[in-house]
Amino acid sequence: MSVISIPDFNQTIPIDKVGVEERVSRLNKRSIKKESKVQALKLALSMIDLTTLEGKDSEGKVIQMCSKARVPYAPMPQLPSVAAVCVYPNMVATAKKALKGTGIYVASVATAFPSGMAQLQVKLDDTKFAVDSGADEIDMVISRGEFLKGNYNFIFDEIAAIKEACGEAHLKVILETGELETYENVRTASDIAMYAGADFIKTSTGKISPAATQPVTLVMLEAIRDFYGDTGIMVGMKPAGGIRKAKEALQYLVLVKETLGAAWLTPNWFRFGASSLTNDLLMQIVKQETGVYQSLHYFSED
Amino acid sequence: MSEKTKKNEGEATANGSAKPTSPNADLKHDFASFWNYSPAPESSDFVEIREQYQHYIDGSFSVPAKKRYFKSINPATEEVLAEFAEGTSEDVDKAVKAARKAYDKVWSKLPARERGKYIYRIARMIQERARELAIIESMDGGKPIRESRDVDVPLAAAYFFYYAGWADKLDYAFPGRKAEPVGVCGQIIPWNFPLLMLAWKIAPALATGNTVVLKPAETTSLTALKFAEICMDAGLPAGVVNIVTGAGQTGAAIVDHPDINKIAFTGSTEVGKIIQKSLAGTEKKFTLELGGKGPNIIFEDASVDQAVEGIVNAIFFNQGHVCCAGSRLLVQEGIADKLIKKLKQRMETLIVGDPLDKNTDIGAINSKMQFNKINEYIEIGIKEGATIHQSNSSSLPDKGYFCKPTIFTGVAQSNRIVQEEIFGPVLTIQTFRTPEEAVEKANNTPYGLAGGIWTDKGSKIFKISQKLRSGVVWANTFNKFDPTSPFGGYKESGVGREGGLHGLYPYVKLK
Amino acid sequence: MSDRIDVLKTYKTYVGGKFPRSESDRTYKVNNSNDKVVANACRCTRKDVRDAVLAARTASKDWSGRSAYNRGQVLYRIAEMLEGRKDQFIRELELLGMKSKEAVYEVELSVDRLIYYAGWTDKYPQVFGTVNPVASSHFNFSAPEPTGVVGIIASDEDPLLSIISLIAPVIAGGNTCVILASESNPLPAVSFGEVLHASDVPAGVVNILTGYREEMVDHLSSHMDVNAVLNTIFDKETRKLIDENASISVKRVVHYDSKNWADDTHENPYLILDFQETKTTWHPVGV
Repeated sequence: MSVISIPDFNQTIPIDKVGVEERVSRLNKRSIKKESKVQALKLALSMIDLTTLEGKDSEGKVIQMCSKARVPYAPMPQLPSVAAVCVYPNMVATAKKALKGTGIYVASVATAFPSGMAQLQVKLDDTKFAVDSGADEIDMVISRGEFLKGNYNFIFDEIAAIKEACGEAHLKVILETGELETYENVRTASDIAMYAGADFIKTSTGKISPAATQPVTLVMLEAIRDFYGDTGIMVGMKPAGGIRKAKEALQYLVLVKETLGAAWLTPNWFRFGASSLTNDLLMQIVKQETGVYQSLHYFSED
Repeated sequence: MSEKTKKNEGEATANGSAKPTSPNADLKHDFASFWNYSPAPESSDFVEIREQYQHYIDGSFSVPAKKRYFKSINPATEEVLAEFAEGTSEDVDKAVKAARKAYDKVWSKLPARERGKYIYRIARMIQERARELAIIESMDGGKPIRESRDVDVPLAAAYFFYYAGWADKLDYAFPGRKAEPVGVCGQIIPWNFPLLMLAWKIAPALATGNTVVLKPAETTSLTALKFAEICMDAGLPAGVVNIVTGAGQTGAAIVDHPDINKIAFTGSTEVGKIIQKSLAGTEKKFTLELGGKGPNIIFEDASVDQAVEGIVNAIFFNQGHVCCAGSRLLVQEGIADKLIKKLKQRMETLIVGDPLDKNTDIGAINSKMQFNKINEYIEIGIKEGATIHQSNSSSLPDKGYFCKPTIFTGVAQSNRIVQEEIFGPVLTIQTFRTPEEAVEKANNTPYGLAGGIWTDKGSKIFKISQKLRSGVVWANTFNKFDPTSPFGGYKESGVGREGGLHGLYPYVKLK
Repeated sequence: MSDRIDVLKTYKTYVGGKFPRSESDRTYKVNNSNDKVVANACRCTRKDVRDAVLAARTASKDWSGRSAYNRGQVLYRIAEMLEGRKDQFIRELELLGMKSKEAVYEVELSVDRLIYYAGWTDKYPQVFGTVNPVASSHFNFSAPEPTGVVGIIASDEDPLLSIISLIAPVIAGGNTCVILASESNPLPAVSFGEVLHASDVPAGVVNILTGYREEMVDHLSSHMDVNAVLNTIFDKETRKLIDENASISVKRVVHYDSKNWADDTHENPYLILDFQETKTTWHPVGV
């Protein structure tokens, strides 16, 4: 047991926007070729939280997605499966059943996703329902309105309460960075989430634009690095929403590699919240294996 | 929530990389054991490099009078790249005559707008041949392709583009005055940014109606001669631009030539002083862009992660071969430990190696001479009792002149490594307590080229930047260049400005 | 006519806001245009140069930090003081052999020239400063700043007007200076020191030495703490010496070719710009 002192979240940690974006642009210039590319494409595939969060989601849709999660591309059965599927709480049981014995986790959004505009009790119930239905991971949203009012204690306490409600399930805290607007806000929210017990911090719900961006991700990775330096505790990172292309995924991996190092380059510590990314990764993998540029018609849309 | 246990303890790292260490140890990040980038060399197949190059005089390539040549090597492989004509006073005289003739007969008579259009053409042709120029710059000078591709060559084109537009607008640049060209300009440029420095010199000179004789540095002549090809392709009238290759003696012949009206020199303070002395008693105008020992001041309230990146840009950009490098880091005591730790971590991710590899951050030291000089300074630093730290993760290639990124802590203002320009990837780190002390240390040098300030507080930036005696102040950024932005030093860092409107002054007589 | 004996003036130097004699205690005779001795002036040495440069350096921090508005007011105050002592200066110029009408013209033009430069202090940075539209996301501006300590080698022509024409743009731009006054006509320069003293010019901003140039130019132009030299002497050897000495510490050197100090070429802001450095500041733009 080590005692961790909680910092004063009102103390803004200055972040220079232009500097962050320059750093990202420099990292984007890393050229990933040959073996390192194949390795990264497969790694990225294994880090996907395959996601469906639509009002029109049905059991049938979820079962199909689980099947894609299990075997992303049938002609290449040796490819890794994705890390998890991410669904609404009422779909958790279905997903859990479909993925039984695969080792693929079931993640559920909770806490009145995506807005988080509900009473704490509602959020706790939502979380407990998902966990009881078998969710391994809970993706909660923070109350952005309270955050922007400067009510940091409220945010902290809410996350801590949800964490407790999660029990054994891992907690990912969605900051919804698109609504926080500034990198300083992203940093503060990251710190609150981590000190309140988050296992992962996550950029976005996917319902707000902009969703995940690389500069936001970098700021969060740097927050994770500082938290690790101060406490010795590793926290995972999940950019979600808007990541569709393999090339971008590789750029994210470069961010992780050069900010946090190799230890974070595993599905245990890094995830992509995405759906269409899967097929683009697959197309690139097949292109690398065969030397032939691919068409989406040959990859299942589940 | 004031107590918490370490989560995920014992969780194996799935990729087999080193596990994160315990919270009680000095926490380190492992940047090397998993997923290393495969080599990504820029292919140089289509780049044509001849075995021998001549001077470019009066619109054509011309064999040197004494028929002597010198070899230039690729500092990353130590192999001979090509040989270049050794310029003698005969060659310089021929070039000056060509420039004078072109000035009298053609260039000074051309309408300003047409002059501008030639310069625009040159700018475009540099853009068109950008890839080739970038590769050559990296092969000849050792700088990473990422920099020659993203900085040197595009900026060189941008300088031509910027000054091209001034050609027919000079009446608006100098209120109450009419600008006239100076005549024939002798220009001597260094090896750290060969093509870019050529652009800084030639673009404003041509825009204001002058003709030029330019000498590239002897270790990096190649892009200047490729530029000569561009001048030919652009149809630039013969003699407007002349390029004479050679070493110091060739430069001296230019400085001493009686029919030159203006000298522009970029290089060391030592040589700059010799040039200034040689010009004593003459009517020649001159500008000097000389050395520096730039302070980079980090205050406690700085954005730390961006500051670390700024420090890296300040000293490791172009292997530290930058006159305006932030080679003296001044850190406020309260943040020093944290910042230095982060800097060391960041240094582990710097890739030293093949300049042509797109992932290389730090390429080859430009020449054996410079390589030896840097190593001497590193030894001096150690002897002076400073604590050295070099990055460990990148192993150096067997061949070529490579130097690990190096920082020295525990240095004193009186140390030679703090006082003297090293011109390599070597940073000294000093701490300070108050803003006043930071300014004192920053200004405690004969140089005054550039400096950095990092703080989140606007009023502090303005105060400190006012007090710094240097021509450029980068606040919350470092080593930024732009054709619209004047550049040049105070004190022994030089005389005059290059870039921007101010960069026109050295090339005009105001009537 | 009364039998009263006139009180003659002892001409001293003006250094650091005081009126010391030369450290060497030597003097030399100043003649008028009829070769009649009219006064003794201090024959300063290298040590006086040293003291004057130190005074100028010491004053530099405060003077360069004054607001442009304040510098303008100080220059205006000099003009006011000079206006009030017009008669004295006219008499002195006459003493040196100048015709009365010319003397009046020179003194009045001197006052006007001071006012001209007083008006520039808060304008030349606007004329010569720029905001530079860089391509990256940065705010970038260039502004002139004083070069520092300027050594001035003054002219023998129009001894009052020339020295004011030399000093005014230099100090209007926030520099401090050390002036080697005219060798043959040093008296108006020394008296001008008294005007400076009576106005609000801080001590050390202007330092005036008299004596033989050949005993001082070398030391002034080679002094490592002098940042720039403004020379009005035509002699080729002197110019070369100054240029060579300047190279020791990369000083800025300006040689004036003008003989006619009444000429309006001496009224322009480019003369201020001669002793300005351009500082360019970058800052990122972002929330």
